[in-house]
Amino acid sequence: MKKITLRLNGELRNVYVEPEEILLDVLRDKLGTKSPKCGCDRGDCGACAVLLNGRSVRSCLVLAIETDGQEIVTVEGISKDGLSKVQNTMLDKNAFQCGFCAPGMIISTTELLDKNPHPNLEEIKEALSGNLCRCTGYLPILESVQEATEEGHHE
Amino acid sequence: MAIINDFNYHKPKDIDDTLILLSDLKEKAKILAGGTDLIVHLKEEIVKTENVIDIKGITKLNKIEVSEDNVFLGAGVTFTEIIESAELKEKLPVLWQASEKVASVGVRNRATVVGNICSAVPSLDSAPALLVYDAEILVQSKTSKRTISIHDWFTGPKKTILKPDELVLGINIPIFQHTGVYEKLGRYKGEDLAQAGIGICVDSNKNYRFAYCAVGPIPKRMKKLEEFLKGKDISDELLGEAAKLIPSEISPITDIRSSAEYRTHMMKVMFKRGLQKSVALLKGDRS
Repeated sequence: MKKITLRLNGELRNVYVEPEEILLDVLRDKLGTKSPKCGCDRGDCGACAVLLNGRSVRSCLVLAIETDGQEIVTVEGISKDGLSKVQNTMLDKNAFQCGFCAPGMIISTTELLDKNPHPNLEEIKEALSGNLCRCTGYLPILESVQEATEEGHHE
Repeated sequence: MAIINDFNYHKPKDIDDTLILLSDLKEKAKILAGGTDLIVHLKEEIVKTENVIDIKGITKLNKIEVSEDNVFLGAGVTFTEIIESAELKEKLPVLWQASEKVASVGVRNRATVVGNICSAVPSLDSAPALLVYDAEILVQSKTSKRTISIHDWFTGPKKTILKPDELVLGINIPIFQHTGVYEKLGRYKGEDLAQAGIGICVDSNKNYRFAYCAVGPIPKRMKKLEEFLKGKDISDELLGEAAKLIPSEISPITDIRSSAEYRTHMMKVMFKRGLQKSVALLKGDRS
C-alpha cells in the first residue's frame, strides 16, 4: 500500500492504494465519490469520466497511484455551489432518462465550455461523441447544451 | 474492476533512471504513458507484468519541439496536445487530422502518439501520417541509442522492432512543403476504430505519397500508386486508372467491423476523395 495525496473537488485527500487499483474504484469505494460510474470498464462509454488537471479522462483507464499530487474534479465538485447553467437546462429539458451517462456528459460538457463557451452543434457533438447514452437518442442532451450556451445565456 | 495481477509501480524522474530500470527488468516491465491500451490489456489479462514504469514524470519526454526543418514529438505527447498546436496543424496536416480522428476527447487527452505506434494495432490512426512523412523513431537503452525509420518499425500486428530494454524517447518528423489529408472509415462519425484509413501527401512538384492503416497486417506506404502518379496532373480519368492499383497494394481481412470487399471498395473511394482534396488544397482552396 502506498499513501497518495490528491486534491479532490478542492479538498486535499489522503488515501492508501495498491498499484493495481483503478482510479474509478478508489474514487467510488475509498473516497465516497459516487458520481463517476462504471459502464464498459474499457474506456469506450465515458460514464466514468472525471476531470484530471482540468482535462476529461476515463477514470477506468487510470491507475489511482498515477494521480498522486494531481487535481481531480467530479460532478460533486462542479455542483458544489449549486447546479451549473447546463445542469439546470438538462433538468428543465428532461435530458436524461436513467441518468447513468449523465455524470460523464456533464464532465465532457464542462471541459468543452471551459475552452469554448459558445460551441456550435458540431463542436458539441464532437465533444460528447465519447459519451454513450442508451436511453435518449442524444437529442435532448445536445439541445440542453446548445440552449445553455447560446450567446447571453452562459455564465 | 481492479487488475487481478499485482505489479510494482515505478515513476522515474529522468531518462537515465528509466533506462537502468529497463535494463534490469527487461521483459518483466511495461512502459505506461497514457494507459488507454495498457490498462485495458492489464484488466483483461492480455498483458501480465510484474512492473509498470510510468514515464509521465519525465518532463523531457513531454515536449513538442519545432525547429525550421524538424518536429520532435516526445514520448509523452498526447493527441490532444497535437490538436491544440496551430503550428502542427499547418506544418503536419496529415498527422494533425489523424490525431483529431483518434477515439474521443477523453481518450485523446491521455493517449500518446508514441503509445499508439508501440501498441501497433493494424488500425492505428497515426501510422499513415508518420509513414508519408518518413518519420524516425528515437530509442535508447542503457548502453546504446538508435534511430529507427517508421518503415522498419512495424514487424507484425501488435509487434514492433523495439527491444525490451529500449525506451522510445520520441519521434522526429521532417518538415517540408506539402498539403495532405487523412481519410478514415469508421462505422459512424465519432469514436470508432478505423476500418480503413489512408494518409495522402502532395507537393508542388507532383510527388504523391500514400500510406494505409487497417487494410493489411501492418500499416504501409503504397509505392506502386506513388510511382504511377509521379509527375502527373490529377484528372478524373487518371484517378480511375490509379484506383485500379489499390487492390494490389493492400491485403484487408473480413472481421466483425467490415468485409474485405467493402474495405477495398472504400479505399478506392477514399483515395480519390482524399487526393482531390489534397490537390485542391495545394492550389490554395482552403474551403
